[in-house]
Amino acid sequence: MTEIATRPAAPPRTGALAGIRVVEVGFAAAGPLVGKYLANFGAEVIRLESRLAPDVFRTTYPPFKDGIVKPDSAAMFAFYNDGKRSATLNLKHPTGVALARALIAKADVFVESFTPGTVGRLGLGAETLRADNPGLIVLSSCNQGQTGPHAFHPGYGSQLSALAGFVQLLGEPDSTPVVLYGPYIDYVAVGYGAIAVLAALERRKRTGVGCTIDLSQYEAGLQFLTPTILEFAANGRIPGRAGNADDVAAPHGVYRCAGADRWVALSVWTDAEWSALHDLTGIAGPATAEDRRAARVDLDRRIGEWSATRDRDEVVHLLRSRGLRAAPVLAISELFIEAQLAHRGTWPVVKHPTIGDMRVMAPPFRLTATPSLQVSAGPTVGADNEQVFGEILGLSLDERRRLERDGVFE
Amino acid sequence: MCARILADLGADVVKVEPPGGEADRLQPPFVDDVENSERSIPWLAANVNKRGVTCDLVSRDGRGLFAKLAATARIVVESFPPGRLGELGLDEILRDTIVVSITPYGQDGPLARVPGSDLEITAASGSLWLAGEEGRAPVRTTQPQSPYWSGMYGALGALVALQAPVAQRVDVSAQAAMTTVHPPAPVWWDIARQDHGRTGPFLLGRSNVGSRFRNLWACADGFVSFAIQGGPIGRHTGRMLAAWMAERGSVPPIIASIEWDRFDNTQLSQAEVDALEAAIAPFLGSLTKAEFFDGVVKRKMLGYPVSDASDSLADPQLRSREFWRSFSPAEGLPPVPFPGGFALFDGERPEVKRRAPRVGEHNAEVYGEAGVGANELARLRAEGVV
Repeated sequence: MTEIATRPAAPPRTGALAGIRVVEVGFAAAGPLVGKYLANFGAEVIRLESRLAPDVFRTTYPPFKDGIVKPDSAAMFAFYNDGKRSATLNLKHPTGVALARALIAKADVFVESFTPGTVGRLGLGAETLRADNPGLIVLSSCNQGQTGPHAFHPGYGSQLSALAGFVQLLGEPDSTPVVLYGPYIDYVAVGYGAIAVLAALERRKRTGVGCTIDLSQYEAGLQFLTPTILEFAANGRIPGRAGNADDVAAPHGVYRCAGADRWVALSVWTDAEWSALHDLTGIAGPATAEDRRAARVDLDRRIGEWSATRDRDEVVHLLRSRGLRAAPVLAISELFIEAQLAHRGTWPVVKHPTIGDMRVMAPPFRLTATPSLQVSAGPTVGADNEQVFGEILGLSLDERRRLERDGVFE
Repeated sequence: MCARILADLGADVVKVEPPGGEADRLQPPFVDDVENSERSIPWLAANVNKRGVTCDLVSRDGRGLFAKLAATARIVVESFPPGRLGELGLDEILRDTIVVSITPYGQDGPLARVPGSDLEITAASGSLWLAGEEGRAPVRTTQPQSPYWSGMYGALGALVALQAPVAQRVDVSAQAAMTTVHPPAPVWWDIARQDHGRTGPFLLGRSNVGSRFRNLWACADGFVSFAIQGGPIGRHTGRMLAAWMAERGSVPPIIASIEWDRFDNTQLSQAEVDALEAAIAPFLGSLTKAEFFDGVVKRKMLGYPVSDASDSLADPQLRSREFWRSFSPAEGLPPVPFPGGFALFDGERPEVKRRAPRVGEHNAEVYGEAGVGANELARLRAEGVV
């Protein structure tokens, strides 16, 4: 028999969302990160999960601490679920479903990111849950939405970013498109998902009524491409890859600096800025932006020759001291030591029971009076069973032992 | 974009511009290539569903006018350089209002006063580092993305702040916003000390032995997104691919010999991955984007075409969900398809119902609601305040 995992009760939460309870089921990034942001501002977010069907971020996606593939060593899960609680429930067991339903009846928000129809088949559909709890807000987030001919087509963020049109806009015109590294569009859907939940909470204050939200990650992503869509819809032109060229600024590029794979980003928006760049580098070129855009290739080559022998950070310093827009192209490892992000507390260190000290990600917006809280890494499997089933649902220790034996908490 | 999202949700959003309109109204491209303050496509996209007024915040009368407007507002969104709001004497006026401030690097800190455009912000976030081909310069998305990310997080911050008991500042950093778009790369550095970089069309982070997998492939009329994967759906995808190849001709032996039930992509060496991919490439290269899309949907395989704007408008899923709205982006123009609201709320999609305002279009209406009489407004207009 598995021990019922326990840990001490968390200190009382404060924050703008204190007093809001969120229950979530789902996997990977697009659903669960919604709960992360809500937890960061003080909501109590309970992830219901099962040892029988664990999140792919616990089982499949590296890295794992010390390379050991175990659910509680999965760094991805720990990173994407900071500040949450975990309770295990077997939703294939009728008592598991009944307990989930009882818990959601005591919640303000239910977030699910399964394939459309799954929660309904489990007996946890929005109509059922809202009949129990009329003020409940249900967010269903999935690839393509709950309805339509492709609703059941499986997919994930990296490839959905291609379908939505982001990938088509990234790369050099003389080569293939390139990937956006990760599940770019998922993070768009996360922001819109959290916005939708909070808007529904705000409406509930006035009406007392909950809401059922159908969020298609695809449709959320397309919001970020509105100008590209309009350029085709209104003008019949299909925007494509353009390297780093810009419609207005010239020069506008990324230039090699001394050392291995060191680069600086620079953009010139006005004739005065161009003049400042000329004064600094001695590079001569056309006086008007239109002519500089036409001379782009040649100007980029000469700026690259100027920067290639110089240290990246020195180049940035020189350019900024002339009032120009410039920035180092930071490697990921550098993000953890970059002064501005550090100043904003972007990477709080938290202690994970298995992984040890690890960094999580603070929200990119700071609230001055009720700042975000980064209290814990993503929970270990079932870390909060006692609190959730004992304190919130009021099950006695004996009842919990019996249910444990029956496999309800698997 | 921040206020656009709030407007989509039904908030009454009033855009305040300097007399004559804001400079962003002249961002290219323009509808029908007509270059004027009512035709900028990026500007129109960010400003539908709003009303618009003009107000010279530098003048004393202008600040008085703004104070009247702000008195009725729960949220003010601004993107001045840090400190400018205080210099204009508006801090005090806004003491009991949620103020969302969106800047390249945030309100304070060593870079707070450093100017930056989308390119520098993307560079300083690590996002640029991860996009592009090895040996060539990193590249950014052709349509600037950081304004959208920072706007979205501004709206999220505003809505979080609405739940708090006190009014406060929401300080959005575009650099920090762009840092959120590329996990799990930070996790790989923090936990495994692997510093991921740009890999062109390949995906990292799927292997326990450091192999990378091709995610973008040439097809007959463009590119498709597909990868060799493990896990239940990945194995199903592989099994279906082999069957599909068999239907269309023959299955290369290296693919036919895979036992998909036990296939584990995380343990394949790079040489093994390369060999599998070489066997798949000719097949994918023989399909059009449309054939590939139909095929993967029919077989419930993972994979999508690399779509462009024309493909998006034709997508049957988006059509079925009535995502596209027919909307005239500026006065006198024919309606065109426009992205509808970002989600369905109890089955209803927020409408795109009001085109972006002309310069000062709602001065009389909005200032009238704020108690400014017609004579007063005429005087302010004569003095160039509106």
